[in-house]
Amino acid sequence: MAHILLRHRDIPDIDQLDVYVQNGGFAAFKKAVTTMQPDEVTEEVKASGLRGRGGAGFPTGLKWSFMDKNNWPHYVVANADESEPGTFKDREIMERNPFQFLEGVAIAAYAVGAHRAYVYLRGEFWQVAAWLDEKIAEMEAAGYLGENLFGTEYSLKIYTHLGAGAYICGEETALLESLEGKRGQPRIRPPFPPSYGLYGKPTVVNNVETLANVPYIIANGAQAYRQFGTEKSPGVKIFSLSGNVNKPGNYELPLGATFRELIYEYGGGIQDGHKIKAIMPAGASSAVIVANDEALDTPMDYENVQNVGSMLGSASVIVIDDTFDMDWVVAKTIEFFKHESCGKCTPCREGNYWMLNIIERIEEGEGSPQDVQLLDNVAHQMQGKCLCALGEFATMAVTTSIERFPEDFAKRVGGQHE
Amino acid sequence: MSLKEKYSQEIEQILAKYPPEHKRSAVMPLIYMAQREGGYVTKEEMAEIAAIVGITETEVASLIGFYTLFHDKKEGIYRLQICTDLPCALRGADRFLRDVCDHLGIQPGETTPDGLFTVEEVKCLAACDHAPVMQVQSPQGIEYHEQLTLDMTIGLLDALRQAEEAE
Ligand SMILES: Cc1cc2nc3c(=O)[nH]c(=O)nc-3n(C[C@H](O)[C@H](O)[C@H](O)COP(=O)(O)O)c2cc1C
Ligand code: FES
Repeated sequence: MAHILLRHRDIPDIDQLDVYVQNGGFAAFKKAVTTMQPDEVTEEVKASGLRGRGGAGFPTGLKWSFMDKNNWPHYVVANADESEPGTFKDREIMERNPFQFLEGVAIAAYAVGAHRAYVYLRGEFWQVAAWLDEKIAEMEAAGYLGENLFGTEYSLKIYTHLGAGAYICGEETALLESLEGKRGQPRIRPPFPPSYGLYGKPTVVNNVETLANVPYIIANGAQAYRQFGTEKSPGVKIFSLSGNVNKPGNYELPLGATFRELIYEYGGGIQDGHKIKAIMPAGASSAVIVANDEALDTPMDYENVQNVGSMLGSASVIVIDDTFDMDWVVAKTIEFFKHESCGKCTPCREGNYWMLNIIERIEEGEGSPQDVQLLDNVAHQMQGKCLCALGEFATMAVTTSIERFPEDFAKRVGGQHE
Repeated sequence: MSLKEKYSQEIEQILAKYPPEHKRSAVMPLIYMAQREGGYVTKEEMAEIAAIVGITETEVASLIGFYTLFHDKKEGIYRLQICTDLPCALRGADRFLRDVCDHLGIQPGETTPDGLFTVEEVKCLAACDHAPVMQVQSPQGIEYHEQLTLDMTIGLLDALRQAEEAE
């Protein structure tokens, strides 16, 4: 099947403006601006069933329809912070198929009446930002951005903005704070960005991949988009496959493909003939799944991954083979969240500090069975108590690994596992 | 020389990206600009940035403290930032970090005696399918190096050293 998002894999030069245009590029944006009312664009996206690809899976059209029309100006911000360990899809879209993403930004901006849009990239994407700046300049020169687009009154400018190394800035309200020139710390929600966003103005924040779907939906219609995926989770998704597989990489598949297809058919199976042990479907923030047959045959969509006790999230599938112990995996995820906790909420700041302390003790072989219990306790104490989901994410691998792989911890602390 | 003297045009370009009443948004790009050459931001530069965007010097300093890619101290000219996060660690990144450190004779967080290289252990760089991964932060910007072997890395470091000596 031809790709919808990773189109550069079928058309290698699609990062060149003329090639993009020859292959239907900007037709959707032109169609929207010259033949559709902004609300019609939003309705089409709503009808497509597209859900946010940044992790939370919120319906995209619905989000756009929440924009407060009594408060102006409106903004669109593309979330290109891509910092979840195991996620590397937005970078490939921006590097290889940049115009499709920018066209998605432009259509979203038209739909919500924004004349200014920002792309917030993680600081490490310095080269990607410079590249997008070039592409934006090419669009301006060709009349796809700027004043009076396609002979209408509509005008739009897109700007890039670089973060500087903070995972929390992927959280939409922390991102907006950062874009305003402040420390990236989450805001209390509600109000949500569509009523109170950038500079206190109504703002749509969408993930890069989410926006890259939009040109297809507007060009071909919601029904055409719904031919992919499942009834409840329509469309295609990029799965970032990493860890102990032979062919790690991004794979664009319809939602509802199984873990087995992804890992064995596309990913070439497990490295060095080892056996698969665990799957983290949503990066380091995931609840860990025991990789048995039931799990492997689970369709990867929003509902079914939840049914096996985890979440699809941003679909960053980390595969762990049986040469690794889960207490070591948990030590890695805790190190990550301890480093990335922004320090605003006490349970997250202190909880991660203590979890790191305890897991280090366990990893050094100084831990006791009580330490494992204590670790589990601290994690449970943190849940549901923080402003943003980071505090929650930090506990997912911890509690589920202790619950689902007790023998790995028992082995490390010298206790018997019953 | 002040930032205004050195980079007046660039400062204008940066400010133009944001609504005039929200100049504060320019603070992060201005910090990047200031630290580009020397690898870190001086006290005087912080004060100047604060004045340009209309906030206090303390606020600028606090941003530099908050974001890991901003620096207020001189370290190696090349910061070798090696990812040892979970997906890379599953593919041997911890070992790779140790090998690079052994080759340079330093520990993570340290700088080589010639002041050229600082090795830093960092979190996921969004290149997990190409582990081991290293990002080099230097006056030339931030560059990715992927699917590295120790030999390739030694070659890269030698090239950087030679380029530096030639200057
Ligand atoms: C701690 C944390 C980190 C996040 N990181 C990202 C990220 O790197 N990229 C992203 O698109 N969304 C991230 N999100 C989700 C955003 O808050 C937000 O839901 C998303 O940008 C909305 O866009 P979407 O509806 O298109 O998915 C993160 C959320 C949390 C709580
Ligand atoms: S874990 Fe190293 S780049 Fe993602």
